[in-house]
Amino acid sequence: MNIAEHLPVLVIVIPLMSAVIIPLAGRANSLYSWYITVAVTFSCFLISSSLLNTVMNTGRISYWLGGWEPPWGIEYVIDYLNGFVLVVVSFILFIVSLYARKSIEMEIDEDKTTTFYSIYLLFAAGLMGIINTGDIFNLYVFIEIASLAGYALIAAGRKREALMASYNYLILGTIAATFILLGIGYLYMATGTLNMADLREKLPALYDSKVVLTAFAFFTVGLSLKLALFPLHIWLPNAYAYSPSVVGAVMAATATKVGAYAMLRIMFTVFRVDFDPEAVPVTKILLVLSSIAIIAGSVLAIAQTTIKRMLAYSSVGQIGYIVLGAALVNQTAMTGSILHILNHALMKGTLFLATGAVVYKTGIDDISGLRGMGRKMPFSMAAFTIGGLSMIGVPLTVGFVSKWYIAVGALNAGMWYFVPVILLSSLLTTVYFWRIIESIYFPRKTKDRGQGAGGRGQNTERRTQSADINTPESEIYGEAPLGMLIPTLILAGLCIFFGVAAFLPVSVAEKTAAMLLGGM
Amino acid sequence: MEAVQSAMPLYAVAVSLIAVVLIGVSGGRPNLREFWTIAASVLKFSIVASMLPAILDGKVIEYTLFTLFPGLDISFRVDALGIFFALTASSLWIITSFYSIGYVRAEKEHAQTRYFMCFAIALSATIGVAFSANLLTMFVFYEALTLCTFPLVGHKETPEAMAGARKYLTYLLGTSLAFLMFAVVLTYNVSGTLDFSPKGILAGTASNTVLAVIFVLFMAGTAKAAMMPLHSWLPAAMVAPTPVSALLHAVAVVKTGVFVVVRIVLHVFGVKLLSDTGLGTALVYYASFTIIVASTIALRQDNLKARLAYSTISQLSYVVLGVALLSPSGITGGVMHIVLHAFGKITLFFTAGAIYVATHKTKVSELNGIGKKMPFTMAAFTIAAVSMIGIPPFGGFISKWYLFMGAAEASQIPVIVVIATSTILNACYFLPVVHAAFFKDADESTVKGSPSLSGASSIKEAPVLMVAPLALTAIGVLALFFEPSVFLELARMVVSGVTGNN
Amino acid sequence: MIELIAGKYNYWIYITLMMIGFYAMIARGNLIKKIIGMNIFQTAIFLFYISVAKVKDGTAPILWDKAVIYDNPLPHVLILTAIVVSVSTTAVALALVIRIYKEYGTMEEDTILRMTENRERTGGNG
Repeated sequence: MNIAEHLPVLVIVIPLMSAVIIPLAGRANSLYSWYITVAVTFSCFLISSSLLNTVMNTGRISYWLGGWEPPWGIEYVIDYLNGFVLVVVSFILFIVSLYARKSIEMEIDEDKTTTFYSIYLLFAAGLMGIINTGDIFNLYVFIEIASLAGYALIAAGRKREALMASYNYLILGTIAATFILLGIGYLYMATGTLNMADLREKLPALYDSKVVLTAFAFFTVGLSLKLALFPLHIWLPNAYAYSPSVVGAVMAATATKVGAYAMLRIMFTVFRVDFDPEAVPVTKILLVLSSIAIIAGSVLAIAQTTIKRMLAYSSVGQIGYIVLGAALVNQTAMTGSILHILNHALMKGTLFLATGAVVYKTGIDDISGLRGMGRKMPFSMAAFTIGGLSMIGVPLTVGFVSKWYIAVGALNAGMWYFVPVILLSSLLTTVYFWRIIESIYFPRKTKDRGQGAGGRGQNTERRTQSADINTPESEIYGEAPLGMLIPTLILAGLCIFFGVAAFLPVSVAEKTAAMLLGGM
Repeated sequence: MEAVQSAMPLYAVAVSLIAVVLIGVSGGRPNLREFWTIAASVLKFSIVASMLPAILDGKVIEYTLFTLFPGLDISFRVDALGIFFALTASSLWIITSFYSIGYVRAEKEHAQTRYFMCFAIALSATIGVAFSANLLTMFVFYEALTLCTFPLVGHKETPEAMAGARKYLTYLLGTSLAFLMFAVVLTYNVSGTLDFSPKGILAGTASNTVLAVIFVLFMAGTAKAAMMPLHSWLPAAMVAPTPVSALLHAVAVVKTGVFVVVRIVLHVFGVKLLSDTGLGTALVYYASFTIIVASTIALRQDNLKARLAYSTISQLSYVVLGVALLSPSGITGGVMHIVLHAFGKITLFFTAGAIYVATHKTKVSELNGIGKKMPFTMAAFTIAAVSMIGIPPFGGFISKWYLFMGAAEASQIPVIVVIATSTILNACYFLPVVHAAFFKDADESTVKGSPSLSGASSIKEAPVLMVAPLALTAIGVLALFFEPSVFLELARMVVSGVTGNN
Repeated sequence: MIELIAGKYNYWIYITLMMIGFYAMIARGNLIKKIIGMNIFQTAIFLFYISVAKVKDGTAPILWDKAVIYDNPLPHVLILTAIVVSVSTTAVALALVIRIYKEYGTMEEDTILRMTENRERTGGNG
């Protein structure tokens, strides 16, 4: 038996099995559970890289689970699209797990840490499954595995608001998953198959069927909810804001990306590019929704007073970019959209990890809590700044590359009016990040009221109170521990690296886009 | 045109970035730190100057740093226009460095290390803009310049300083992200390239309407050129320490703005396209409007630096106007005005700073009789002011002369009227200062009663580290009248490059 | 018309159930009732799958002599999986509700929201 043949399934099975082992290991010493988590996520990353490498060299990989031949058996397929997403997601999972130890010690009760890592790996297994599977019912199962683990992760913190956030996410997430299940049912009814490749062959003949149309609509709505496309984003801000920093980071950087992946997968490989029913002009609806998401996410982000909430709303906007690029349906924009999956994962990961470092040191994530942090935590704050600049889309950071591709793609599609949307959101992003960058590096000498966006009395009151707890000027915080700092800096470094050596991800993304828009 | 591959432009940009690190690590030892600043500025100037012979030979120096992805490079290309601007900026950096040291020590400013670090980055960015080979590279350095000058503008960290700095950032970053980037994307979309070319890259690529839109976006995106109505960041940025105002707001930042405009006019659109479409004429009238209105506002400013700021706004549009005339003499005049105005205006800012350090006065109305106390400073002020007005034998005359010629060549009679009017306005807002300084009695202002004047008799010249630089630049203003040959030659090369084989 | 209602009664049943469940999930303020709604919602989909699997005159899909026509077994298998998922979701949801009840002392969404808002207004930072 050749191990290499089984890599597509090992990347799922390893975290799944480890999730069971961890509680046992954790009994001996809770630190073991962390070791296992890091080892497992790292091996997932290695496997993913090797899979992507194989795909780049020899093309699509098809793995028959249990040796059953598709379309009857479950097939795992790795092509450019999921090879790419797999590497991104497993890398983020690895980096965040490296970072997790100190942060989790501080934000989660000690007796729960072992369970936390177990669920973390379960979550990882779910995501890997969503990405790898070539069977739509299997997709549903993995979506639910990842989601259930996600609900638990969000509720893992000490904040009681997190419980309600998790509960609301559970209700909405279940609606979404059930919609997807219904869509699967309709597709099965119409075609009698669950295999994605097989569906792709059989569906074109049925494009006029109302059943197929309905299935498509249910998929779109369900997946939009999962990836938090405006206006179905309402579960996201609370879920990110009240969960432990590590969870916020991993959710923002991977979960929504996987949702976006699933949408691309359904829209462009199960259905084909030319499927654009007149009755449901999906791409047009998505274009409008994503534009609103881009603007609204940025505007709402400006109104926030805590960093995590701000980052959460900014995620809503950034998801808009991914969908916008995909819905423009041309090579350049699609390349941008796929790049943005990587780029947003990198920059949002950086930002959440840097924020987590502040929370670790000060215990608060109010924007005012960052005041003067530039001197106290220079490296973490440098990472935060890089992440922020990248979000704005300054050239030589990753944010610029994907925005550039999407903007040029919009022009290629003859829809110039999306360029102002992108630029306006860059401006709004500048507003909410600059506010923070300024308070990091230029703490006011005199405390004056009404700075930044916080003109309202309630905010000012809140700010001064937290400033009292914090005593920003007198108390000296050191830099975050190395275990947290290094992963943050790695991500920040990659934000620059892939912004400069953009041709590396671009070459993969271009092939992916060509695959999605052309033949398989 | 022969192209030479050389990493010299990269070194020119990088030298002050390396200095930033050295300045940073020697923050605790001011003398060593200042040594790095001076060393970097001298080195930078030498590197730039060392490229001059090759450029005068008609070559261009090219260097590609890296490729982002196919179609987009970060690359440098040194041509006549670029080195013209780089020479101006890097030579003035040396002088400003000395002046800065004198100023911050006399004023005992805080955060001096940050100050010198940001200054060095700003110069890297300026040289980067000068040597950019394409719009993307230029955009990168343009934004970098905005970001690294923000701490300089808000240096005092008082609420007013931060408000000014934020306004500065809002205008510059906002317009460039919204409009300049849009224009760059559109340019890439219609022409498929971002590389500058002496013939322009946009001719024949899109309909006139689209080109006009791109042109307007470019102009709106270059707020650093301070054309109305996007000028008000400049007076707001005057909260900065004077050396910052001097170098950045007389040379680096604002000149970067007009340099970008010149680049876009000449090397993105091209002379032929702009004259065919009539966009050049539109820009001429737009710039004329700014010239007149800004000069008029300058008349009413009592704060000396604010008056200088409005004067800068008006003078910057001279450059734009000259180039927009699209006639050989007009372009020569516009380009020459970059260096001539730089020397003149930096002298004026230096004197304003010297007066502030010596007397802590900022208002024009408080300057009566100051010429007797600070003769060198005020003599330099007079020279620069007269040069600004455009009277021989001072440098400012040269550019104004070419501008008149250019307007005549383009048969734009209204423009001649505009320049003449503006000259009168210049005289109206500069000469009263000179008059008050030398011919009015100091006691008169004591009556008006600012209490600090009890020590009026103790006022003496500012430290020598400040007076010497301003004397030098004043001499430069004179020297440029008698020996402008290098700059004129470069300006001619720019003209012959863009107007074709004639 | 009768044909449409009677002939496709299985669809009508599942749509009705689904809407009942959906309504309960969205409109009810009590967290437990929401979960009940969720169960009804999911069950509706299960019924849809099962009814789709029925073949006219089909027997149970077991290999025996009389099994000439038999029902499609695949949806049954799928729904078995989906039921497992549904049960797990319910378990997680109930666990959350228990913790919410411990923290807030209530299971009414409105009350909890009000408590959160009050906390924010008084400047607490959880």
